[in-house]
Amino acid sequence: MKVYADNAATTKVRPEALDAYVKTSQTLFGNPSSLHSEGQRAKELLEDCRARVAAVLGADPREIYFTSGGSEADNQAILSAAKSGALKGKKKIVSTAIEHHAVLHTLEKLKKEGFEVVLLPVDGSGIVKVADAEAAIDENCCLVSVMTANNEIGTIQPVEEIGALCRAKKVPFHTDAVQAVGHLPVDVNKFGCDYLALSGHKFEGPRGVGALYCRRGAPLFNLVEGGAQERGKRAGTEDLPAIAAMTVALELAVKNLPETAKTVQTLRDFVIDGLSSIPHCALNGDRERRLAGNVSFCFEGVEGEALLLYLDDLGVCASSGSACTSGSLDPSHVLLAIGRVHDVAHGSLRLTFNENNTMEEMKYLVEAVKTVVSKVRSFSPVWRDLQTGKRQYIL
Amino acid sequence: MSLYSEKVMDHFRNPRNVGVIENPDGVGEVGNAKCGDIMKMYIKVENGILVDVKFETFGCGSAIASSSMATEMIKGKPLSEALALTNKAVTEALGGLPAYKLHCSVLAEQAVQAAILDYYKKNNIPYDPADFKNALEEHGHGDGDGE
Ligand SMILES: Cc1ncc(COP(=O)(O)O)c(C=O)c1O
Repeated sequence: MKVYADNAATTKVRPEALDAYVKTSQTLFGNPSSLHSEGQRAKELLEDCRARVAAVLGADPREIYFTSGGSEADNQAILSAAKSGALKGKKKIVSTAIEHHAVLHTLEKLKKEGFEVVLLPVDGSGIVKVADAEAAIDENCCLVSVMTANNEIGTIQPVEEIGALCRAKKVPFHTDAVQAVGHLPVDVNKFGCDYLALSGHKFEGPRGVGALYCRRGAPLFNLVEGGAQERGKRAGTEDLPAIAAMTVALELAVKNLPETAKTVQTLRDFVIDGLSSIPHCALNGDRERRLAGNVSFCFEGVEGEALLLYLDDLGVCASSGSACTSGSLDPSHVLLAIGRVHDVAHGSLRLTFNENNTMEEMKYLVEAVKTVVSKVRSFSPVWRDLQTGKRQYIL
Repeated sequence: MSLYSEKVMDHFRNPRNVGVIENPDGVGEVGNAKCGDIMKMYIKVENGILVDVKFETFGCGSAIASSSMATEMIKGKPLSEALALTNKAVTEALGGLPAYKLHCSVLAEQAVQAAILDYYKKNNIPYDPADFKNALEEHGHGDGDGE
């Protein structure tokens, strides 16, 4: 059996989105900047897509900027707020320890340029405390950036509360909603955010396309200079087929959201319950406040890359925050942030589902993980030491 | 998956000489402090020959494959030959490793040396510390590391 359980990494494009892609590239191939009728028809579709994406987020169409994806949207939002802050002498940014690298690496770059970056800790279940945010935000802040939902452990952050806090303290608020859009109700006014990043390929749209919501009046500077596309804020001929496909995927994801989330959550809960019976393991992230499709575990005495490769042999596509899979020798910063020690973080496994997964797959998956964990443990010197009492169990 | 060569995948899927030796003549356990991988090598020695070798590894695909390959390369060989095993030889026998995984093969070389050193020490056999440079080193990052 083949089980694709890595939907947080990317998804298969849904047929309706693919149709939109093909149709647009064949029948609306004009350049939206061209004056002729082909161009103007394309322009019309572009603005139609903008309005539809805006409608999903509760935004005004003029607040939507299409980008090359989530990373670009995160970069542009953060760098814009920082640049504007620096002009006013405000050089402090508050974010969290569990952000995606699109945010963290941008903040590191700003730190080198003299910004003060405060990364809020998270509790053991991976949730930021609003009180910590409140204590960290002061008049020197030019930006608060807290992700809506985490890509590794699926925890959903208190963005509405933090947004309200930012409103009250008049500090711009950015949220990386890449993992949330299409999976959770997302409303920029409820969130109280000034910037929000989303990405097409996380909700069965194409990759390489995303959007930045930027509230009217919030500063926005270009990353790419050139033509006057996207109200002059992002140069480059628009990838209209991808934008159209993403818009269709987004609308469909949102239309069926409550039902889909419920179905996917049933799969998730089945897998969490099934894997919990493996000795000396622990669920990463909050049991309740988590994305409907996210399962993340640590297994003691196990290394994650070996787990992934053996699972792959059994037809299961998964991911891990193990040091060995990172290419950097360090385990995932998210797992370390929730207090997993190196050895334990080593044995992490992330399984992420969407509506294409079935209960039959889940049954197979649970057995496959059990088999593979036992196999890896059977020749793990760490597991032997745990079993013989030479090492103390942590989980 | 094409992350690894077919040879690596073969040794990963079907590790040779995996397990423990009861009452071994020597045991070596080494680890990479940074990435966290741990390798344990058990040896049985008769008349200066490694008559049996077994390993246990906590680590990634390349760490498992490297240990498996290393045991295959030294089993049945005289100690002197086993001591000369280099991470380069292990890597080559595996058909290469990605640059950032080379440290796994270093671990295999260190584990073999550590097991033989343990055997020498247990039996009061004089040895030249120069032969155990890598095993005696703090088990940090090997110099085969590609980073
Ligand atoms: C939370 C989060 N932010 C940002 C990104 C980057 O998005 P993209 O791949 O579209 O650049 C991802 C996905 O990779 C993500 O999960």
